[in-house]
Amino acid sequence: MSEDTVLDVRHLKTSFFSKKTELPVVDDVSFSVKKGETLAIVGESGSGKSMTSLSIMRLVPSPNGKIVGGEVFFNGKDLVQQNDKTMYKVRGNDISMIFQEPMTSLNPVYTIGEQIREQLIYHQKISKREAHQIGIEMLQTVGFSRANDIMKDYPHRLSGGMRQRVMIAMALSNNPKLLIADEPTTALDVTVQAQILDLMRKLSKEYDSAIILITHDLGVVAELAERVVVMYGGQVVEEASIEDIFDDPLHPYTEGLLNSIPKIEGTQERLDSIPGTVPTPDNLPVGCNFVTRCPYAMEICKQEEPTLIDKDSSRKVRCYLHEEGVKNHGQQHRSS
Amino acid sequence: MTAYIIRRILMTIPILIGISIISFGIMQFAPGEPTALDLDPNISPEDREAQLEEMGLNDPIPVQYLRWAGNILQGDLGSSFITNRDVATMITERLPNTLVLMITSTVMTMVVAIPIGIVSAIRQYSKRDYVFTFASFFGVSIPNFWLGLMLIIFLSVQLGWFPVGGVGTLGGEFNLFDRLHHLLLPALVLATADMAQMTRYTRTSMLEVKNQDYVRTARAKGFKEGKVVYKHALRNALMPLITMFGLLLPTFIGGSVVVEQIFTWPGIGQLFLDSTFQRDYPVIMALTMFGAVLVVLGNLIADILYAVVDPRIEY
Repeated sequence: MSEDTVLDVRHLKTSFFSKKTELPVVDDVSFSVKKGETLAIVGESGSGKSMTSLSIMRLVPSPNGKIVGGEVFFNGKDLVQQNDKTMYKVRGNDISMIFQEPMTSLNPVYTIGEQIREQLIYHQKISKREAHQIGIEMLQTVGFSRANDIMKDYPHRLSGGMRQRVMIAMALSNNPKLLIADEPTTALDVTVQAQILDLMRKLSKEYDSAIILITHDLGVVAELAERVVVMYGGQVVEEASIEDIFDDPLHPYTEGLLNSIPKIEGTQERLDSIPGTVPTPDNLPVGCNFVTRCPYAMEICKQEEPTLIDKDSSRKVRCYLHEEGVKNHGQQHRSS
Repeated sequence: MTAYIIRRILMTIPILIGISIISFGIMQFAPGEPTALDLDPNISPEDREAQLEEMGLNDPIPVQYLRWAGNILQGDLGSSFITNRDVATMITERLPNTLVLMITSTVMTMVVAIPIGIVSAIRQYSKRDYVFTFASFFGVSIPNFWLGLMLIIFLSVQLGWFPVGGVGTLGGEFNLFDRLHHLLLPALVLATADMAQMTRYTRTSMLEVKNQDYVRTARAKGFKEGKVVYKHALRNALMPLITMFGLLLPTFIGGSVVVEQIFTWPGIGQLFLDSTFQRDYPVIMALTMFGAVLVVLGNLIADILYAVVDPRIEY
């Protein structure tokens, strides 16, 4: 792990247990985040991206969900091995999280001020007064002009966009090294989305926090991220820089995702879509997880699961099309 | 808020009038009359008729109702047909006993039901949860008169741990321990069914809240499990329980009728039962209206508490 790596996830595996069957929802996921970097995790619903983030925070819903393998190195410590006490100090302090549902993520019975202050007092051991002051500053930073009034307001008096700002203010108030944003703009309308994205971009520079941005929206990815991890069926299928992903996607799934967004110069009547849906964890195909929906599926894809290979120093892909030896066969198949 | 409370109190007036008309009517239509229990077998039909006439019981029912209502509005609850004592005095004599019983039961219910409900919800499907679930079904199903009798037989008669009945040892000076000793069994019997019910409500409510997004937010903020549960989940989970509590309050009156009879507890429940058997109309009406006021009050308190606990509700 190099000096400037904040988070290093290695072979993380998280499963849900029902009765006696084990359903892997995060399967052998590896990636790392550098200091100040914004990494996007992209995938459809059910691809395991949210579970990956909850696994990092060790907040996988128990008792059914459990991290069954792998390591999550943060600050040189493997979070998977830490006891609860250590995790209490990490969450909300070193690693913060913003959730998808701003409407329901704030507690309806406490004022905004109370909810911002409690975390500051808890982690920084400061007085209520100081916490209040920091809270007001944080609210101003995220764009509230009447921060003093907002502190006294209850969440139900704020709009979705305002609540998400509050969540961001809360998440950043302890100056975390890593901010995990789980679909931060999905529930908001488009103009508010742009504001929130601008805000996050501005603040990540200002606070020098690394960000893991979880989304299914490639537009958001293009706005914010520097690197992209594409997930499918609980696995990382491709990892690349933002330029490479948009210019030259390697995995057929990434290609499919990109083809399904409208292009400004195109005259397409209908958008391309990837046929079928993400297989559920109890119904994964043999071989490659994507084989049932892949336009380039080959014989080997149905038999053996591909591994994540290093394409070059900054790119990884999990596909036989890009593995030496089987590649040629794939190309033939592609043209036929 | 004040305007709301005033409006609500004004609304109770037609409700109470309606209740009084209906209960007065039902009472009058019930067979029997106060003189039927006169023990003197030599009383002539003419004398009995004269007695009824004197009590005003031969007047048409609406006339009787209006007379009663007029007296009530002047603060006169009338006097008992049987003992000729002032009804207000009879009630105020016995009310403290019933209130002590009700308040103790309420406190017992809350103290037992809420923590058990929380533990059941947080450790859902654990052994403890199953034990509590079984116990609460047991508690709901068990008739209180039977439970009371069994406790008396085993704990009081056979083991001699508790007194058989009454509010205190007869002839003795006031003694707090003695009072509590007498209070425990009747309060427990009165509380059993409600405890069981409230446990289930607390559990359900907590289960609903514990997977809410804001509870996850609280965890993501790094709070310890205890703080997450007691600060962020519990307050939200308690809100629906306030309504339940408002509805449970009047059930104590019904329960006290049975429990007071079994434990010879000189409260208004016992008075209610006696007066009903004796067709002591003024006492029955006074107690019925007392119960009605309690129901209305319970609901009002629940509504007001709701606004206090939930900032989203404004009146």
